[in-house]
Amino acid sequence: MTRNPSILSHFSKGLIKNNPVFVQVLGMCPTLAVTTSVANGIGMGLATTFVVVMAAAVASTIDRFVPNQVRIPVYAVIIATFVTIADLYMQAYFPPLRTALGPYVPLIVVNCMIMGRIEAFATRNAFVPSLADAAGMGVGFTGALMLLGGVRELLGNGTLAGFVILGGWYRPMLIMVLPAGAFFALAILMAVFNRLQQGGELVLRRAA
Amino acid sequence: MEYIAILIVTVLVNNFVLYYFLGICPLIGVSKKLDAALSMGIAVTFVMTLTAAATWLIHRLVLEPFGLPFLEYVSYILVIASLVQLLEMFIKKAIPTLYKTLGIFLPLITTNCAILFVALFQAMRDYGFLEAVLFGFGSGVGFTLVIVLMAGIREQLELSDIPKPFRGAPVTLVVAGILALAFMGFTGLASA
Repeated sequence: MTRNPSILSHFSKGLIKNNPVFVQVLGMCPTLAVTTSVANGIGMGLATTFVVVMAAAVASTIDRFVPNQVRIPVYAVIIATFVTIADLYMQAYFPPLRTALGPYVPLIVVNCMIMGRIEAFATRNAFVPSLADAAGMGVGFTGALMLLGGVRELLGNGTLAGFVILGGWYRPMLIMVLPAGAFFALAILMAVFNRLQQGGELVLRRAA
Repeated sequence: MEYIAILIVTVLVNNFVLYYFLGICPLIGVSKKLDAALSMGIAVTFVMTLTAAATWLIHRLVLEPFGLPFLEYVSYILVIASLVQLLEMFIKKAIPTLYKTLGIFLPLITTNCAILFVALFQAMRDYGFLEAVLFGFGSGVGFTLVIVLMAGIREQLELSDIPKPFRGAPVTLVVAGILALAFMGFTGLASA
């Protein structure tokens, strides 16, 4: 392994430039399903981060011993094991959160963002860069879920993380907490993200 | 009557894509062309029906009697992965023409979250065998319906002038949102 790109750059690319939700469009099911509030978004984001980091750590260690033909089932089982651990932990210590997230906790198993990181990075890189990459993607994912959860909670309920922000004069837009609102909110956030990136490129090109 | 209710609920009222947000990745990825979307839908329906049957047997005959609920996720994902692999080999040998249409979609199905959801849901709801199979089949039909509708709309969208930041995934999500609004009209049609 060469020293550069540095550990920090492996970590930071998942935050914005290669954000799993807004840029790679991966892990859409939990992104849309659980983001009715900021708290749910954070909970799902942290659980996913735990799973992706642990699975990447194991995958980058054992990839030499896994035959190519059976790698997908092998990694699926590793991911499923860590999801089971996360699920049991949440059931024991955060029962209300586990109830709110419902069946979407076991669905972390098939979050394509996790399998994507293992396939595209962890099996091809050493232990430490794989950890940094997985952690960056996890934090980027959590951030995106928080943002989407924030927008939907604020517009759909007038609150933010449970605190009343928009007072009695505000009539909550019920649509934002319904399934249709999830699609619209994510579409608009994604378009804003695209616009900012295109704008950024434009500025860079003008400066050059 | 109960069986018909399960079908109506899974296809229209609690549609997998528009109500539970399952299978969004193939919805965005494979909904550009109508015939590809239909093939994907048929492949998913096929695997879902088989998965429902297989995981029902595992849940009832292995996990429940031996008290191993914590192995649920691991065993289901293994069953799905091997089922898809088996199916691929079988179709390749037995029906080569079908393999040509479905071939590329089969490996993708393993990571389609809708399939795992079918397995988990039939266990959670304590369905009987026939109910579980119908639930799997209906969910697949619901997925096919939405992805085909989506492909039809996207073929038209190709010709329209979309603002640049909305091109690609965002506009597909807007269409999905409008479809979800339309499907809300089915609420209360039946319950399961």
